[in-house]
Amino acid sequence: MSSSQHGHCRDLLQDLNDYIDGELDETLCSELERHMRECENCRVVVDTLRKTVLLYNHLPAQPAPDALEARLFKCLDLEAFLAAPAAGGATSL
Amino acid sequence: MPELAIDLTRYADEDALVKALLAGDKHACACLVKINSSQMYALALRMMGDAAEAEDVVQEAFISACSKAASFERRSKLSTWLYRITTNAALMRLRKRRDDTVSLDEPQVSEEGDSFPRQLGDWSVDPSREALSAELRAVLEGAIETLPPTLRSAFVLRDIQGLSTLEAADALEITESALKVRLHRARLLLREKLAGYLTDHPTERMA
Repeated sequence: MSSSQHGHCRDLLQDLNDYIDGELDETLCSELERHMRECENCRVVVDTLRKTVLLYNHLPAQPAPDALEARLFKCLDLEAFLAAPAAGGATSL
Repeated sequence: MPELAIDLTRYADEDALVKALLAGDKHACACLVKINSSQMYALALRMMGDAAEAEDVVQEAFISACSKAASFERRSKLSTWLYRITTNAALMRLRKRRDDTVSLDEPQVSEEGDSFPRQLGDWSVDPSREALSAELRAVLEGAIETLPPTLRSAFVLRDIQGLSTLEAADALEITESALKVRLHRARLLLREKLAGYLTDHPTERMA
């Protein structure tokens, strides 16, 4: 960011999160958008910050291992209870 | 493993499930696992960056949850309470890992300090239109692991697990404004990390 604008850019930086989450109030939003039209660096930071969040929003979750649920039932001492027909007449999944 | 008898419809609502948990109902505990273990594993894996450790964290969390159901105050969702227990279990392990391995020569990323943007090149990547390549996924996952644990937990809960600001703050037992500060720093640090990859190689990183 240019040294002449550095201070203003820094002031606006703290509002970027609310801006990309759509939670910034209208006045500050207009001020930020006006600044971005004049400041290429801030425009790039906003764009790449938004892309950062979107990339992580789209990062697929690794599925839990098949054995995890069985491990949890075992450590919680539920295996015998769930295997018994007396588990309450529950529907088997 | 034989099919186990679990009836997810037995409890009319979350309140009924909580009452059953408090009464020591094993079936309620099984339902808690069935409904939430995948999400808690996803959180633990992003926090730990290691599948075996993530499983250990989830195990600790569910043992704690099923034995301390009385600590659930009902002012938040049951899943938020579980996120809190799982996050705490992960943070404890990360703290121990740091105590075991940290060297005085090793530079640590601070939770405070300056996160003013340094990398100012454009990225051509369009996350909303294209699938992520395996290489880019690995870069994203590696970048999370460079975050200090408290920033990582805020980011993972809010931007990966998709909790609201209020829910993520509740899970971390901090105020919404404190959550926003952590999230802001986490996002800026990650943007800086990813810039080294996405700015230098703008076109060939998508699947």
